Order: sequence, then structure tokens, then C-alpha cells
Amino acid sequence: MSADFLYTIEVILNGLMAGVMYSLVALGFVLIFKASGIFNYAQGVMALFAALTLVGIQTGQIPFAHLINAIFGTNVHHFGWQVPTVLAIALTVGVMVVFAIIVERYILHHLVNQEPIILFMATIGLAYFMEGFGEIMWGSDIKTLDVGLPSGGSLWLEEYTLGWAAEGERYYGMYLDKLDMVASLVAIVLVVSLTIFSQYTTTGRALRAVADDHQAALSVGISLRTIWVIVWSIAGFVALVAGIMWGAKSGVQFSLSLIALKALPVLMLGGFTSIPGAIIGGLIIGVGEKLFEYAIGPLIGGATENWFAYMLALMFLVFRPQGLFGEKIIERV
Amino acid sequence: MFYRESGDFKKTYQKDSQTFPIKFDRWRYYFVMLVAFIVIPMFLTDYSANAVMIPFLVWAIAALGLNILVGYCGQLSLGTGGFMAVGAYSTYKLMTSFPGMDMISVILLSGLVTAVVGALFGLPSLRIKGFYLAVATLAAQFFLVWLLNKVPWFYNYSASGQISAPQRELFGVIITGPHATPVSAYLFCLIFAVGLAWIARNLTRGRMGRSWMAIRDMDIAAEIIGVNPLMAKLSAFAVSSFFIGVSGALLFSVYLGAAEVTEAFSINVSFAVLFMVIIGGLGSIFGSFVGAAFMVLMPVLLKNILVGGLGWPTDVAAHFEFIIVGGLILIFLIVEPHGLAKMARVLKEKLRLWPFPH
Repeated sequence: MSADFLYTIEVILNGLMAGVMYSLVALGFVLIFKASGIFNYAQGVMALFAALTLVGIQTGQIPFAHLINAIFGTNVHHFGWQVPTVLAIALTVGVMVVFAIIVERYILHHLVNQEPIILFMATIGLAYFMEGFGEIMWGSDIKTLDVGLPSGGSLWLEEYTLGWAAEGERYYGMYLDKLDMVASLVAIVLVVSLTIFSQYTTTGRALRAVADDHQAALSVGISLRTIWVIVWSIAGFVALVAGIMWGAKSGVQFSLSLIALKALPVLMLGGFTSIPGAIIGGLIIGVGEKLFEYAIGPLIGGATENWFAYMLALMFLVFRPQGLFGEKIIERV
Repeated sequence: MFYRESGDFKKTYQKDSQTFPIKFDRWRYYFVMLVAFIVIPMFLTDYSANAVMIPFLVWAIAALGLNILVGYCGQLSLGTGGFMAVGAYSTYKLMTSFPGMDMISVILLSGLVTAVVGALFGLPSLRIKGFYLAVATLAAQFFLVWLLNKVPWFYNYSASGQISAPQRELFGVIITGPHATPVSAYLFCLIFAVGLAWIARNLTRGRMGRSWMAIRDMDIAAEIIGVNPLMAKLSAFAVSSFFIGVSGALLFSVYLGAAEVTEAFSINVSFAVLFMVIIGGLGSIFGSFVGAAFMVLMPVLLKNILVGGLGWPTDVAAHFEFIIVGGLILIFLIVEPHGLAKMARVLKEKLRLWPFPH
């Protein structure tokens, strides 16, 4: 095999893995959009907030330390203990559930039956609020997230593929990030368990009923408010997973909230209402943007990853306005 | 008491269709114009012009433009930052390529360039609707910013990638560049803001505005009663982009003086303008101004209180600003989803009956 061909395969594989990371964020969007018709822009910030909380709990930071210092002139920052990873994750999940309850009670509850754009704006407001709140609570410096995930490239794969190239060509083996592989595994587990949950449990069935038709669900005795709390909690959990993966990859910092912008084209492509769509859309976007950057990027100045996904999704959408797997949009006068 | 309709008898069609049919409204409007053109320039200082008045006018024009698209035509757009960047860069290219051209033509031409670009990115709106369109307009945002950042021709091959406005005069008064006085810059922006608001008001109550509103309320039904969706949507995109382009041009040439595309016209700009439109009120010219005033004044106030008053470190204050902006948006949406303009309307109704509400 020629080295060029192998490089292309490497690019595709890396694209697939990047796509999985996008899908992780997109999943949270789909869950909330299906259950409540809310386009939740705050999903990215939720990932940031979850990751910040996890690091904060794990390293025993004092919440609001900066604020306390600013007001009282003290100099506190850490409790001085370390919380085990598993316990810290459990506590963070708890925080996200509390967050879901607060969002439902104080925001969504008051905005029932508003137009979708108002709800969308509310989630942008929520995103701003949480961004400021998270950073005031845990500080805005870049933190490293260590939950025992492997990092670096896979040496084994590099050595294994070293001999594949044709004789006399310079080839150093394939480079795949171990973390990306773990992320792919986690994403698969997450999707399978979400599917099982929504297909075979009572709560899952209620979730699907609400997604289908709010009023019909209400009339058979499903409480919308409970369902919304559950959905936002699940989305918070998904955000935590995404936050852990992205945080372990590039550190927990403000830019983590921008991954929401990476997930949007994935959503468009896959359709706002389809979980498989989020996964496949993510894979297509991941491969597409890596291949484009590899093949055409150098010709037109690079850094095409910022917009290529959007353009790709736009092209798709012109032919299929509801995305690849979205429900067909039926309009009546 | 205040709103006396009795006694306002219209005898001609022209009088019947005027913008402010009630005398009190009309006089209030003249009063506001008087204050804006004569009283404010007398008291304008460097700080109040650069921190409050000029940004307010510039953002109000952008909000007007976005309001036409979102509020009147119902097409959700998140590409405002990108379109403002197009306006700013066309101004820069026009100013440097044709040094003799007067500033008013430069800014209007930049608006036209942006209108063409906007109509181009509006094309998908014929197929794509709702949130899918909102996300699709993000393509414009990211692509335009990337393009303006990557092609050196747009910033005249300057090493820093920045564009900066050269000094220009209008009728012998310096308007752009570091030597411009706050009063001249303010008046220059004010002329555009008032002129564009006048155009917007008359467009939206005419044939074109009615076709936009028909599309907004239900596009299929509008199509059936004979509104051409292609024309309506594209004209909304073009007009809205024209406004936004003018605002970007003013932002760069008069207010900032120098700009770098990835910073000055990022996605946050798009969101900020959308906030102005929502907080001010969808589908309201007055609302665009109020929303812009709110979003410009609030950070200035917060900064003065938190950093100046309480002496907090700036980073904590910046985070607090996020919390308060986000929180206020949420509160506004919960209390009055139709914005400050709706509140003003309610107040007007109340005043009309005051002091005998029943």
C-alpha cells in the first residue's frame, strides 16, 4: 500500500473519532428537542459547567472562592482534600439533576406554550448565566481533568501498521489517539443504553409519548413537568460525559462551551429529532471536515474546519430540509 | 388625559395614514428629534459619546436590520456578525481604493454590497425553515469571517491582519480617524440611524412589509393568496443585510476606527444583536432602539457599579456581568416575552384611559 493511501485512511479514522466527539454533544440537543421542542443552546455550556464541577469537587476547591475573596478580602481557595473520581462523578450527576429541577421550576414552567424562538432565546440567556455562574463558582483558569482516562497515541497501532507501507517509502505508522478510542466506546455504550432505556422502561415509554404529542401524553396521565426534569437530567448526564471527554482532551476552560457550535451542523445534518441521526451526522461531519482540510485545506489557506461543517450541512439541507433522519415536515394551511 | 384622540379628526387620506396619527405622539417625536440633534450634542463629552451614544446608534441600526428579518419576516438569522464584517470590510476597501469618495456614498455602497451577500445567503431560506435556517445562517457567519481573515486582499496585505479607518471629512468636518470630534461622529451616526429608521418604518407598513408579515405568519397561506415567497424572503434578507452592513460600516469607520474580523465580528455579535431584538420587541422599530439602548447601557452601568463602586477585580466583575445579562434575559422573557415595546404599548393603553380606567 502506498503511504498516501494509508494517510488517507488515517485521516478518515481520525475524522470518525472526531465525529463521535461531536455526536456526544449533539445527543444532548436531540434528547431535549425531542421531549420538549426546545432548541437548547445551553448544551455546550452545560458540558463546561459539568466538567468544571467535576474538577472542582475532585480537587476539593471551595466554591465561589473568588467572590468570597473579593468581598471579604480573604484568601481561600481549596479545602485541601481529594475526592475519589467515582464519588466526584456521582456528586456531579447529582448537581446536574438539581440543575435540571431548577431549570424546570424557574424557567421552563413559566415559558410553557411560548413560541420556539422565545424558548431558544431563553436557553441562550441560560447559557450566559451558567457561563458566568460556573466561572464565578470555580474560577476561570484552565484546569486539567484527570479521571484516569488514557492519553497520547496508541503505540501498538503505530508499530503494527509500520510495515504496511510499500518498500522504500517514509511512513511512521498510523497515529490514533487512545482517548478518542475510549470516547468512541463510551459513545456506543451511551447510545445503546439510551436506546434500551427509552424502549424497555416505563419512564422511557413516557418520554417517547411526550416526544410524540404533548397533549395526548398529558391526557393519559403523564406528568410533563416530571418528564422535563428527567430529560434535562439525562441531557445533563450526557453533557457530563461530553465534558469529561472534551475536558480530558483539551483541558477544562471557557472554550469548552464552544463545542455547542460544533454540534449544530451535526444536528442539522442528522435531523433535530433523531438519535441515530446525531451519531451518523457526527460521523459524516467528522470525516468530511478532516478529509477536506487534508485534501483541499492547504490550497485555500487552511483552518477550514470552522465553517466546512456548516457548508456541508447547508448543502445537504437544501435537498432534504428536515435533515437525513428527521421527521418529515408536513405543513398545512 | 395624555392621549386625546378626541379632537384629532382626519379629513384627508394623507392625514389618516400618517405615521403618528395622534397629536401627542407627533409632538413627542418632534421633541425627541430636537433633543437628539440639538440638546445632546451640546452636552456630549468624549466618554459619553464613545461609551454610550455612538455604540447605541450603531447597534440600533443593526437591531433594526435584524428586526426586519426576524421580527417582520420571521426568518431567524444568526449571521449578523458576518454581515456586519462584510459592511466593515467593504467600507475599508472603498475608503482606501477611492480616497476621494465622500463618506455617505461609501457607507451606502457598503450597505449595498452587504445586501447582495445577504440575499445570496438568504437563498437557502426558500427550502430551509425554522431552526434549521438559524443554524444554516451560522454558515454565513463562520464562512464570511474565515474568508475575510484568510484572503489578504480584503485587509490590503497588512501584516497584523487588522483594518484601520483613514481620516475622512464630510463638508469639511472630520468624521473618521483619530482626530474626529465626538459631536461630528455622533451626528454622522445619528443621520444614518434616523434616516434608516424612517425607511424601515415606511417599508414595513407598505406593500413590501405586508408581504413580509404574511410570510412570517404562515408562508404557505401567504403563497396561496399571491405573495411571492422568493421575492418576499430575498427582499427581507437584502434589506435587512443593507441595514446590518451600514451598521458594520459605521461600527468600523466611526466607532472603532480599527478592527480585526475574528474579534470584532464574532458569533457573540450575532447573539448580542438578537438579544437586542428580542428584549426590545420583535416586529417593532421603537423596540429595536430600546433593545439596543438596554444592551449598550447595561454593561456600562454594571462596570461602573461593580468595578468603580464596589472595587471588585475586573475578572470577577466580568463573570458577574455574564450572570446578570443572562439572568435579565431570562427574567425579561418570563415577564414579557414580547419585549420592552410591548410594555410601552401597555403603558400607552393605560395612559389613554388614565385617570378613569373603567
